[in-house]
Amino acid sequence: MEERIITAIIAVIGVPAVLVAYIWGTEQVLRIFPEGLKPRLRPWLWMAPALGLLGLFLVYPMVGTIIASLQNTTGTEWVGLENFGWFFGSNDALSALKNNVLWLIFLTLFTVGFGLIVAVLVDRVRYETAAKSVIFLPLAISMVAAGVIWLYMYQYKPPGAVQTGTLNAAVGALGAGPIPWLQVQDFSVNTFMLIIVMTWMWTGFGMVIISAALKGINPELLEAGRVDGANEWQVFRGIIFPLLVPTLVVVGTTMIITALKAFDIVYTMTGGNLETDVIANLMYKQMFRVGEFGRASAVAVVLLLAIVPIMFFNIGRFRAQEAVR
Amino acid sequence: MTAAATPIAEARPRVRRFGRLRSGGIGLHTVVIVLMVIWAVPTVGLLINSVRPGQEAASSGWWTAIFPPYQFTFENYAHVLEQSNIGTNFLNSLIISIPATVIPIFVAAFAAYAFSWMEFPGRNVLFVVVVGLLVVPLQATLIPILKLFAGWGIAGTFLAVWLAHTGYGLPFAIYLLRNFMGSLPREVFESAAIDGASPVTAFFRLAIPMSVPALAALAIFQFLFVWNDLLVALIYIGAVRPDNLPLTVSIAGLVTSIGGGTEFLGAAAFLSMLLPLIVFFALQRYFVRGIVGGSVKG
Amino acid sequence: MRARYRFLSPLVTLGLLLAACTAASPSPGGGGSQAPGASQGEEDLNGAEVTVIGTWTDAEQDAFLAMVAPWEEQTGATVKYQGTRAINDILAAGIPTGVLPDLAGLPGPGQMAEYADAGALKPLDDVLDVATYVEETSPGLVALGQIEGTTYGVFIKAAVKGLIWFNPALHDYTDSPPATWDDLLSEGAANQGNAEALWCLGIESGDASGWPATDWIEEILLHQAGPDVYNQWWAGEIPWTDPAIQTAFETYANDVVDQSYGGGTNAVATKFDLAGDPLFADPPGCEFFHQASFITGLGAFKDKEAGTDYNAFPFPAINDEFAAAVEGAGDLFGMFHDTPAAKSLMRYLVTAEAQDIWVAAGGALSANKNATSYPDDISALMGGMVTGAEQFVFDASDQMPTAMNAAFWQHMVSLTAGQETVEEALAALQTVAEDAYSE
Repeated sequence: MEERIITAIIAVIGVPAVLVAYIWGTEQVLRIFPEGLKPRLRPWLWMAPALGLLGLFLVYPMVGTIIASLQNTTGTEWVGLENFGWFFGSNDALSALKNNVLWLIFLTLFTVGFGLIVAVLVDRVRYETAAKSVIFLPLAISMVAAGVIWLYMYQYKPPGAVQTGTLNAAVGALGAGPIPWLQVQDFSVNTFMLIIVMTWMWTGFGMVIISAALKGINPELLEAGRVDGANEWQVFRGIIFPLLVPTLVVVGTTMIITALKAFDIVYTMTGGNLETDVIANLMYKQMFRVGEFGRASAVAVVLLLAIVPIMFFNIGRFRAQEAVR
Repeated sequence: MTAAATPIAEARPRVRRFGRLRSGGIGLHTVVIVLMVIWAVPTVGLLINSVRPGQEAASSGWWTAIFPPYQFTFENYAHVLEQSNIGTNFLNSLIISIPATVIPIFVAAFAAYAFSWMEFPGRNVLFVVVVGLLVVPLQATLIPILKLFAGWGIAGTFLAVWLAHTGYGLPFAIYLLRNFMGSLPREVFESAAIDGASPVTAFFRLAIPMSVPALAALAIFQFLFVWNDLLVALIYIGAVRPDNLPLTVSIAGLVTSIGGGTEFLGAAAFLSMLLPLIVFFALQRYFVRGIVGGSVKG
Repeated sequence: MRARYRFLSPLVTLGLLLAACTAASPSPGGGGSQAPGASQGEEDLNGAEVTVIGTWTDAEQDAFLAMVAPWEEQTGATVKYQGTRAINDILAAGIPTGVLPDLAGLPGPGQMAEYADAGALKPLDDVLDVATYVEETSPGLVALGQIEGTTYGVFIKAAVKGLIWFNPALHDYTDSPPATWDDLLSEGAANQGNAEALWCLGIESGDASGWPATDWIEEILLHQAGPDVYNQWWAGEIPWTDPAIQTAFETYANDVVDQSYGGGTNAVATKFDLAGDPLFADPPGCEFFHQASFITGLGAFKDKEAGTDYNAFPFPAINDEFAAAVEGAGDLFGMFHDTPAAKSLMRYLVTAEAQDIWVAAGGALSANKNATSYPDDISALMGGMVTGAEQFVFDASDQMPTAMNAAFWQHMVSLTAGQETVEEALAALQTVAEDAYSE
């Protein structure tokens, strides 16, 4: 027990100390080099720990995955695009893909939208911390617990029986019959129910980040706007919102990627049944249940390709940003 | 441009950002309260169900418990706390989460600063690749990394999960920090350079203090994700050192192999979320101070 | 500026050294360390450790730990156990990488065969006294743990499926259970009283939703077509579209789903462990509930008394030839590292004394014929079914290839929900089968 705590303390103090020493060390090392060379070498030294870790933990497995997607299950022979052919030919996979599009659009829209609204509104009330805590709290709950909470919310009992689910009780109070929310496939209602769960959890995420950016806006700018006679909505639209756009892009991009990777909620609540499946769950099943590494890897590669457009968009934004700076 | 660079040392008073509008109209309060209620309802439902006997929770909605007869009980919480190894697992969670939060922040801060304020060819493309790594599915990395860990002999140790969580957390951390650091006022760094400060000094004495809100946000999220993680710990530690497993495993274990026991998950969730909430509250003050004197530029 | 950093450097060096030391300290890999002088038998394993993974958590975990406690005391070794339902993931990651515990609960005979094939599982013929083991254990269970005559897995615990549970308050079938399926349907209708429906049915179970329905199909098929067809079916030797299978599915759809409380819609929305609760409601939601022996520890059953509040009878005969057929399941254990401590523990776990401990605690049946400390009559009856059955088969879906199993679950959900007809489901399953069994 003691050994464990000591190790942890060393890690918390020692590693940052080592990193700080490393950065300081790089300056000393750079002194060897001529003045002109320093700014060219320095960035790489600063990024080295990060790039090293990223290379090891993310790039290396991803390369392995890409290779595996072109091989058979046991990795003994190359099968070209056969695994991708399976993916695009499988109804289950295409249904999952369609669901991911829904996730992508609506999860991002809702979390960024609500996050923005909440961040801007609670900034003006005295009970700001309380309000933020309530919105943030769901994110602090593990996925398993969130699944349990919403299974209670969505619970269904046959018509005529006492409804134990919050939603069905509310619907019942309005006079309508109980609905098996997670089982209704028409119009992807059950998928939307799952998206709602994730929105409930992740709005706090968007809110915290947008709020941090909001606090960073120089109040003098806003005062200047008001002094010029602008009302609150004009101040928001003309000054605050444009300044928040980069942050919104960060939150939006992160949420899009989160939506593509959505797994836990679907896994815990429906297992992907009745047309709620998503790509990440499909990949998990192929990899850990069925043992089809080639196919699982192909799914992962499809995920990777799906974000390429978003990445191009981000590059464009950085270039624009830098031109202004 | 009225954006004067405010010296960092001058602690800003808690500025009521919107001045006389702080009180807000009735419409504003209504919207905020309604949102709060909607968000709180599911959690309140779980909280109430967690203090009811399992059978009751299964047979009637949680709102019925607000009226007499009252049948509250702490037996669910007691059951969770009686789990064998829960104390050890809680301690393990701390031991895993704290370093796994602190380390990525440092590593990402250095890299983010380089991406923001140092020029080098291919900067944007490299950055976008780093951000793109956000999409790498966790499950795809488990087996290759486990093989590596096994080869190095660290499978089952805390070091393994610290490294892993750092690696997994870096893309988002770098993305967030770079965005924030990149929007800091250029003038501050320029005048520091003119004064002869080295990049290291500029980093520690200017960039970091001005990025505190972003660092605080990052700390909250990274801690949260690591604290609530189950799969990474299970795969990298589970097979060979079961006594190093974190709290999440204990909580998942409340549901038995056949699927019973879900009534305890509510109580477990509330016990488990206490610490992340404490972290959230503790770091809240970093969101209030007007640290950045200059504007957040677009 | 520089003075500041100079102050840091000795601290940093110290930090570096300490970090390097602790990081480099080796972690015990799989097997425990061996105490010097532990050359003979289990008596001298002081200080040794055995890592065990299983799916048992909570109360089951306590029962398992109670089971191994005498062994720990006797040998001085310790069992490091962790229960998790994600055991498939750990083993799936462990097999290719070699990061494995000493002993583990295996998900099923199919997976056992895969792991043995990969060379990860150790044969147990030299570890156990095979003759005694075979004599003491139900023959069906012995065979399932063997591959071509070599034992790779042993059953620590068993369960019986296909029991029909009822509430004696509505009608007491204890002394004269229905002998045949048709009897059950007619007597059930006659005695239904104010119960809303004949059957309680609930098949929701997270990512494993559908498994109670697969149990239904298995029982019906077993009793309609017999063990041989049953075994051919899960082995992929007869197609899903075979008339025997189709008949079983239709029986399920017509005689069960259509006569269940709340119909198919309710069945797919209700969690399996709570599905039997309407038995005890007033008025009752249903008259009968089909579930395995372990339901006694779940839902409303947990707080009720065996014999008084609920009772059960075995699945009735459909075809008299197969009246005595029993479907069972169990927890299969295997060994990945043959350390002395692991071997000793394995030997201990198959004994009647060990299994009696769990059996006495309730909610479990033993695989060992001599473990008979059942806490009540129902458990004793079910235990007898496991060890004494002449026609014994193991859960079919557990023995199918994983992809087939998953598809089976999935289509049972769609079928029960009314989203698919029997023909559509069977056709889809046959397509999956052609792929899944081809490797």
